Amino acid sequence: MFDKKQAFDVLTSKRLTHEQKLMSLAKSAENAFDVLEIPEKTRQYFASGVINDLFEGGAPYRPRYILPDYERFVREGSAFLQLQPPRDFDELIFALMIIYRHVPSITNFPVYLGNLDTLIEPFINAESDADVVRKLRLFFTYLDRTITDSFCHANLGPKATRAGELILEAEAGLQNAVPNFTIKYDPDITSDDFMKRAIDCSLQCSNPAICNHQANTSPFGDAYGISSCYNILPTSGGAYTLTRVTLTELAKIADSADHFLQDLLPEVLRLIGDYMTERIKFLVEQSGFFESNFLVREGLIDKDRFLGMFGVTGLAEAVDMLLAGKGFVYGRDSEADDLAEAILNTVESVVNSLDAPYSPLTGGKFLLHAQVGLDSDIGITSGVRIPVGKEPDRFIDHLRHSGRFHKYFPAGVGDIFPIAAHVDQNTDALLDVVRGAFSVGVHYMSFYAADTDLVRITGYLVKRSEMEKYRQNEVVLQNTTQLGAPNYDVNRLKDRKVRMSD
Amino acid sequence: MSRADQTDAVWVNKIIPISTVDGPGARSAVFVQGCNLRCAYCHNPETQTLCRHCGLCVPGCPSGALSQNGSRVVWNPVLCIDCDQCLDVCPYFSSPKVRRMSPQDVFAEIEPNLPFIRGLTVSGGECTLYPSFLTGLFRLAKDNNLSTLIDANGAVDLSLFPDMMNVTDGVMLDLKAWDPEVYRRVTGVERTQAAENNLRFLSSQGKLAEIRLVCQADWIDVRQALDGAAKTIPHAVHDTPLKLIAFRSYGVKGEMKDVAAPGLSEMETYRTYAESIGFTRIVIR
Repeated sequence: MFDKKQAFDVLTSKRLTHEQKLMSLAKSAENAFDVLEIPEKTRQYFASGVINDLFEGGAPYRPRYILPDYERFVREGSAFLQLQPPRDFDELIFALMIIYRHVPSITNFPVYLGNLDTLIEPFINAESDADVVRKLRLFFTYLDRTITDSFCHANLGPKATRAGELILEAEAGLQNAVPNFTIKYDPDITSDDFMKRAIDCSLQCSNPAICNHQANTSPFGDAYGISSCYNILPTSGGAYTLTRVTLTELAKIADSADHFLQDLLPEVLRLIGDYMTERIKFLVEQSGFFESNFLVREGLIDKDRFLGMFGVTGLAEAVDMLLAGKGFVYGRDSEADDLAEAILNTVESVVNSLDAPYSPLTGGKFLLHAQVGLDSDIGITSGVRIPVGKEPDRFIDHLRHSGRFHKYFPAGVGDIFPIAAHVDQNTDALLDVVRGAFSVGVHYMSFYAADTDLVRITGYLVKRSEMEKYRQNEVVLQNTTQLGAPNYDVNRLKDRKVRMSD
Repeated sequence: MSRADQTDAVWVNKIIPISTVDGPGARSAVFVQGCNLRCAYCHNPETQTLCRHCGLCVPGCPSGALSQNGSRVVWNPVLCIDCDQCLDVCPYFSSPKVRRMSPQDVFAEIEPNLPFIRGLTVSGGECTLYPSFLTGLFRLAKDNNLSTLIDANGAVDLSLFPDMMNVTDGVMLDLKAWDPEVYRRVTGVERTQAAENNLRFLSSQGKLAEIRLVCQADWIDVRQALDGAAKTIPHAVHDTPLKLIAFRSYGVKGEMKDVAAPGLSEMETYRTYAESIGFTRIVIR
């Protein structure tokens, strides 16, 4: 329903930019509709925080995440945008700047900017390195200042290219929160030299994160991208919707681990499946998006390449709660980790038994995603991560733990590690660790230097300096600073265990 | 594979699963107890001597991890909170927090690290005092495709231990000082021919992974030491990595504990000098 008071508060706020007000008011309007059939039991689980649809709004009128086929756009131009295919590097950047403005998502900004290195590579033959870097810096800064939401992702790799190297060079010199970069890493394809540059860049500006290419090609082959906050999704498609189960909240109402596993969990998972089905059906059958949007009409996205993401979060605290009194701790004790595995086995088998509409790519199934969290999550650790302060003493034990639990999440999962600043003197060492991590099943990892301004909150980047301004009640450009500051404080992210300090 | 042989066992002070500062890439690093030098700038002075079980550290242990059992001081690693009070009070530059370990024992601890590391580095103390331990440990490392590096103070003539050197990929050799007087003041012992022999021997074997030199103008003849090394291995100067380490007083218990650290500009003058006599692969730490 329309919350008049909240809308007025937004309208008269002195802490929000004009754009932030506009989007918040649009959400209020969307929520005035009551178009989804939601059973009473589901509503109760929403009210208790067990189910959460991550602010998707009451009447979905665009897919949550869209990953356009930018290669096709570059090849063919766009009739709707009245753009011919770009012929040189300047025209390419110009064309991308235009189309990004027209790619919707849950944030109203593009969450996926394409595999930028391979997009750019054919256009820079006539350009000097210095020119490419200078133009890229302008381009990236344009993106950072106009896409004022950090849930925006560009991809690199897995093959080393000149464009990739120049992108890293341009990015390392900037301290921008947008876009996030992820490099797809495959030891059989990606050169060590390229990866070391990527790691070096990552220690300078917290980008790129590193995606295990071999592990992540299983659901959609090579035609996948990393969007928003570590979502692994098909390109030329994306995600219709994402709803999550917050295991921590569910554990609060469980009488026992058995009650949790046998009764509560299957019930909630089925209700979430029904809820996402409602959302997908409205979006596909009534919203008009797939009939009218130019991305569909020009073949840049295809309804048959969309899917529903089934989010899971708060495993750590749920396990600790279900084992309360026994003293076992998730991430440290095998008894706790074994229960965690049993929970995820149940999640996997129940979710795979549900039918997802309009999802031919996945054979009519939802795909599991380790959801990274909300600013309102207090005492709920992202996805399957180990809570800050409870990390294993040894980095290797932490990585093996990640490897054990990442495999459940084909639609994305990741861990974040602050790395001792001096490791930039030995990037080979971090490359060795990444290779080891991927060999024990880690799907995705990101780093930042322990002393950097740009810190990863749950997946997105925020500047410590901007958070400080926000805490002093100043208006800040990026809305993710507003999400990040409370999360950073409440979840004590400054206390994350710094790795590789020996 | 070497036999489990207690005569190969040594006292181990510490094993770091992933070290980034003991050679290229990620490496497990093993620090053995006991050294034949008494360097005034030693950064891990608690590794210099073997515990003499005097018991001085026991009463102050806040967690009850240390106890006196007859004539021996016993350390319980489970209770230990790593507050290091025992190291602070020890007048003998030793530590009760050591474990007697064979090459097999050490390797068993390193094995879980295997996918994450490219090699193994043994340091100290002075690990080259224990050639049979090193030989046994490095054989196990080689069986598992790890590269093997020794961090050596140069005071042991390594050419005397061919079995050990056969399974050693490289040695990071500390120059300490060149002039005998300066050397004696810094290390507490007489300089022997070992320092020059090692430079020549390792260089001829292609196993001189790095020359190291801690720099502090009042205590160390930096330029003379660089000259000495350059003249000893004239053909290898160009290719041999040189690490110039700025002295820092952090952790130092020896005579140099209150000595000032050189500034970056001073370190840069050493780099310039090293370049002028032919070194090309120079890093400053």
